[in-house]
Amino acid sequence: MEIKQELNGSILTMKIIGRLDASNAQELTNALNASLNGVTELIFDFSELKYVASAGLRALLMAQKRMNKQGKMVIRHVDETVMEVLEMTGFADLMTIEN
Amino acid sequence: MEKLTIDATVENLETVTEFISSSLEEKDCSIKIIMQMELVIEEIFVNVASYAYRPNVGKVTICREFEDSPRSIKITFIDGGAAFNPLEKEDPDINAELEERDIGGLGIFLVKKNVDDISYERKDGKNILAIKKLF
Repeated sequence: MEIKQELNGSILTMKIIGRLDASNAQELTNALNASLNGVTELIFDFSELKYVASAGLRALLMAQKRMNKQGKMVIRHVDETVMEVLEMTGFADLMTIEN
Repeated sequence: MEKLTIDATVENLETVTEFISSSLEEKDCSIKIIMQMELVIEEIFVNVASYAYRPNVGKVTICREFEDSPRSIKITFIDGGAAFNPLEKEDPDINAELEERDIGGLGIFLVKKNVDDISYERKDGKNILAIKKLF
């Protein structure tokens, strides 16, 4: 997995590339903890995220809970396979997903 | 039937998923099925790696077998760790509001949603979890 971050004012875009699984979900959590101070809008770009497992969902849930307190969170360009997991777990209803 | 016996640690996740996905690729399985199975394998393996031998490290054996008509794969996970039947765990409430959402149990829930058959037995001090997927 690779994480590309771009901060524009208080809008942070995080592009997650590859696979978000149990072996690397902590990296995303760490990146979020390090970067979310002062951010009012968090945009996840999932156009190159090919796979997500429950460990990755845990990191997303943490991000959503935090952003609800300080702004908003949007997930963009979700791949079909990833979308299935988000729908199956009810995450698609909890989060704002734009394509 | 082929077997892989490996330390149940998250570092071995890729080796384990590869053991299954490479065999599915050889069978010309669709990408969709392969991804679903990678998810299933990850959730089961990580569960064993996280809980079975905690705080120690132990082995898990993964067996894969294919059947024809209908085409299916059967995967069995065998570990000698603490008795644990993941099927007894209640499904998470996937309609709960955000603040009430708890991530616990989501992994095994995803397993159940993505397989055609799942069974657990405790035998000779071992946990034996078997899943079957038609493809």
